[in-house]
Amino acid sequence: MIEKNSWVRIRKVILTPEERAPQVPDDTKKVPLEMWTKGFLLEDAKIGDEVTVETVTGRRETGKLIEVNPAYNHSFGNFIPELLQIDKQVRQLLEGGE
Amino acid sequence: MAEKKNDYASVMGRKAEIMLKSVGIDYSKFESGSIAFDYEKMMRETGYSLTEMQEIQYSVNVGNTPILELKNLTALARKVAPKGKGARIFIKDEACNPSGSFKARRAANSVYHAKRLGFKGVLTATSGNYGAAVASQAAIHGLKCIVVQECYDSHGVGQPEIVEKARKCEALGAEVVQLSVGPELFYKFLLLLEETGYFNASLYTPFGIAGVETLGYEISMQFREKYGKDPDVVVCTNAGGGNLTGTKRGLIKAGAKCQVIGASVDLSGLHMASDNAFNKKSFTTGHTGFGMPFSSWPDRSDVPRSAARPLRYMDRYVTIPQGCVFYMTECLATLEGLEKGPAGNTALAAAFSLAQELPEDHMIVVQETEYTGAGKHIQPQLSFAKDNGIKIFFGDPSEEVPGENIILPNNPALIKTKEVDLDHMRRSLIKQALEVYNVKEPTDLDVRFLAEETNRDEAFVREVIKELV
Repeated sequence: MIEKNSWVRIRKVILTPEERAPQVPDDTKKVPLEMWTKGFLLEDAKIGDEVTVETVTGRRETGKLIEVNPAYNHSFGNFIPELLQIDKQVRQLLEGGE
Repeated sequence: MAEKKNDYASVMGRKAEIMLKSVGIDYSKFESGSIAFDYEKMMRETGYSLTEMQEIQYSVNVGNTPILELKNLTALARKVAPKGKGARIFIKDEACNPSGSFKARRAANSVYHAKRLGFKGVLTATSGNYGAAVASQAAIHGLKCIVVQECYDSHGVGQPEIVEKARKCEALGAEVVQLSVGPELFYKFLLLLEETGYFNASLYTPFGIAGVETLGYEISMQFREKYGKDPDVVVCTNAGGGNLTGTKRGLIKAGAKCQVIGASVDLSGLHMASDNAFNKKSFTTGHTGFGMPFSSWPDRSDVPRSAARPLRYMDRYVTIPQGCVFYMTECLATLEGLEKGPAGNTALAAAFSLAQELPEDHMIVVQETEYTGAGKHIQPQLSFAKDNGIKIFFGDPSEEVPGENIILPNNPALIKTKEVDLDHMRRSLIKQALEVYNVKEPTDLDVRFLAEETNRDEAFVREVIKELV
């Protein structure tokens, strides 16, 4: 059980494929327009429940509860060895700088 | 009162009404009833004077960023340039602004204006640095802030750079509403404006664009003070056109006559509203997917009349392959000891090539840098590209196919810009104008307006109209 007032993330369908704008390309038209936002949970709930949250601006949004204390997982990714080759090449070209 | 309908068509139908309330500008005042509208009147009556903007920006620690000379990059350019060629390369270190990019200038004015008009909060639709800039200024002024981003594909996979920008907005106290791919972001944006009654801190209002004039003005003043003259060329990364428009207007206000060149990363062939193509892009802005359509038709933005009108102001427009920008970003780190984020490096890669056309005593300045970090660094950008099946190898970047490969130059001599045919874009703008306003016989005022819009003379406009009609 996730307690009321927990900081959570919700996901919601804003427009179903049928409701999407006419100018949208075909591949995009096959999928819904979805929304993600974060807020404080207004009632106790479980992951996957339809819930209402209060966002930091005080707005109410509803959606499916997907994460508690949502983390930032972006990083520096996998190492790209090609960058070392660039370093070596340009440093050699300048022979130790001006 | 009947309840408002919130389906796509109904909300889009209320666009004009929602915009008028949330921007506080009656754009009809500047309209002629045909193609023409009074651009300078709009900038004058709804913007701020240069002195006022400087006061607003300096009071919140925005602006007055340093100019850095890149001596080692200049030396590298001279190694591969024809004898006697290779202008001195400089950057204006806009990453020093509070939110880490030049967008702080646009946001400072917009948020100041919102506060003055008595709005309780500001809303902005952007996946870029402007979100953090608005969040930062809203924090300073004690206003609430919502940033609406296009961030994920239908599998919930986000562009690392946009995910980082969301983190930064939240760190600065904003609510971030993230959406999957599609132009209906604007629909949600309108709904939020209606729901909250917040100010629309659009990137394209006169105050936002005029906010960049201080950047152009500072460049001129700083160069005159330090080097005794204006730079010869200013290179601007071009997407929505506001950066270039504001910078050139500032240079004009300083009386500077430098050439202004727009530069975009070449992402030709990738559809901007495509769910499949979304994560095959290794740049989220500064690319041709924005640069081309917004230059040839500026009034596709979130306000009725955009204050960003780049074709009026650009002397040349060039594109540069992705691989060259990544290569140059790495050079900036390894040769100049500077780690900077992606956007400004598009102009930097272009400047590296353009410098080789100019004599050694000329000066070329890249007018922005931005912050870098997790998600926004070339390391995660290239790693993400590999994860999405993009091949990365060394070769000739002119053979690069966006969405399929990123070709890092075998040698810095292969870093070359490609010229965009500006007359082609001008023709396209005139064609769009006739179509959008459904005009068969443009008035004299329309012709004069289109001449200003395209930075050509009336004879050129009349010639194009004759070809089209």
